[in-house]
Amino acid sequence: MLRSPLPFSPISRRRLLGAGAALAATGAVGLPRRARAAEELNALVWCDHTDAALLQPFEEAFDCRINIKDYQETGAALAILEQSQPGDWDVIVVDSVDVLPKFVSQGLLAELPDDEMPWDTIFPELRAPELHYAGGKLYAVPEKFGYNAIAYNNKKVDSADVRRADIMWNPDYAGRIAIYDYYIPAMEMVALGMGIKPQDLTADNLPKIRNKLLEMKQLAAVIGDVPTVQNALITGAADIIVAGGEFVVAGLSGENAALDWTIPESGGIRWMQGIGVFADSTRKDLATEFVKYIVGPEGQAQLATASCYWAMPANRSAALGDAEKARLRWDEQLGFIANSYPYFIPDAELDAQMLEVWTEFLQA
Amino acid sequence: MKRWAYVPALLWTALFFILPLSAMLALSFTERVAGRTVWSFSLANYAAFFTRADGAFVEALLNSMEVTVAVTVLSILVAYPLAYILAYRVPARWQRLLLVLVVLPFWTSYVIRSYSWLLVLSENGTLNAAMTGLGLIDQPIGLGNTRGATILGFVHFFTMLLTLTIYANLVQIKESYRKAAADLGASAAQVFLRITLPLSLPGVAVGAFLTFVLAIGDYITPQILGGSRELLLPQAIMLQIGRQADFPLASALSMILMLVVTVAFLLFARRLKMERV
Repeated sequence: MLRSPLPFSPISRRRLLGAGAALAATGAVGLPRRARAAEELNALVWCDHTDAALLQPFEEAFDCRINIKDYQETGAALAILEQSQPGDWDVIVVDSVDVLPKFVSQGLLAELPDDEMPWDTIFPELRAPELHYAGGKLYAVPEKFGYNAIAYNNKKVDSADVRRADIMWNPDYAGRIAIYDYYIPAMEMVALGMGIKPQDLTADNLPKIRNKLLEMKQLAAVIGDVPTVQNALITGAADIIVAGGEFVVAGLSGENAALDWTIPESGGIRWMQGIGVFADSTRKDLATEFVKYIVGPEGQAQLATASCYWAMPANRSAALGDAEKARLRWDEQLGFIANSYPYFIPDAELDAQMLEVWTEFLQA
Repeated sequence: MKRWAYVPALLWTALFFILPLSAMLALSFTERVAGRTVWSFSLANYAAFFTRADGAFVEALLNSMEVTVAVTVLSILVAYPLAYILAYRVPARWQRLLLVLVVLPFWTSYVIRSYSWLLVLSENGTLNAAMTGLGLIDQPIGLGNTRGATILGFVHFFTMLLTLTIYANLVQIKESYRKAAADLGASAAQVFLRITLPLSLPGVAVGAFLTFVLAIGDYITPQILGGSRELLLPQAIMLQIGRQADFPLASALSMILMLVVTVAFLLFARRLKMERV
């Protein structure tokens, strides 16, 4: 017999268990759908997939619960996977450039049903077989994209200047420049400004880029991740963000119209995130349905305007209003796509060399 | 105390300190090749720390040391007078309330506190607005995103910690010692220098050691307030993990950081008397 703290109210084990069961049953009736869902889906995602407005419609439609874990960089995702058991995770959102070299090459992703994806309405340039297909099989679907270009305060920076790539190292803006601390797009932006297309980036032209970066370091006020450079632009610590884009300012431009972005005439870098299903997932059907929901009109609208960051949906049929489309500069996308280069995927050796240069730049 | 009473503590230490540390040590002797960790013994990561052509890792360690020493010294200089006033000048009935006020900033999130400092120090921030309003400056000064901002953010945090450890030590010093010295003709300065200060050093040492350990391994504050204009060692470690998942190199850099902390412990060890705080 268990005894309660009150000496005059003994409770038998059976009564306690019975009461617990009754309480559980009562609670189950009153609990929200998430807590009593028939099935669960574990998703390793970027922060733009964490809004209830994005997840709830799917959870209600499929009577399931989506457990999400957000991460920032591919290395972190790989570390989480290394520490997990096969089957722990069902869905992954990842930088499209990392789909094949980091995930498919290690057999981590499952083939997706190519013919069930809305390719008719996805921007054709985003299909990028070299990023999402291996051996003719689809492993990830593009879901959101944007640009690493120039974000700026249009009240402080001449709009003619931001169309020129040399604004990144223009001494007139000394101490007013923030640099996005992600070496691949940032170095590719610098390369573009020097007339080197991303796909032409090799170890041979790294010294030239290094020298330009060291020159830029003298002019930089801040180098940091998205919140840091965003904060610098808002607080006036910087007026220009090198390798910034709509993902830094679109969500804020409603409150501050001075926050703007553009692609210089020399071009910008186009980033893209993809969504896939893990090969070891035991809920592949549900996970695939989730992928289809995310790349469908409703999911795309929520994803594009996520509280974490706004960016263009991959699907042109995203259910967005005119005001939202205006903030995303929807009508200019074809021109932007034409004037941007997809992320160049360095091999492991060049990637390491680029990181070395970037480390030197940060420490200079 | 019975001998087995130590077992839970030993188990805890083994599980949550020795085991992970051993794993990290083992990993530091492996290599990341073509995106995969190769499990064969290698000193390449340690060699990379010392032989890197641009010296970025050594410089990161030196930057960390400079910042940490500055933070520790400044925090002591601010915290000691505060603790002294609390212990000896404030009536006993107010001491508890003032201690709560001293630790109040502990209750806010570390990240929020750092971002708040950035808002205070930025060009559009309250400090620049006040100085401009008072006519002290014509143009805003960039105070955020600098090493100074990192040090300020750290000092704000660690002053609280040091105040507590020093205060706890000061109130344990018997009043009779100070009175006896005064009766024997010692001036107030002599009482402080010969009685109070030496007896309060264990509290200073404990607080300084904790400050050193926590500051040298901190990633958030320099990341938010420093503007990445220079790398500290924790930032260099994170850079290896971020995209490339180079845990072997990150582990080696972490072990070097651990070595620095160990040396600091040995230097402080003589003065560390935990029972006094």
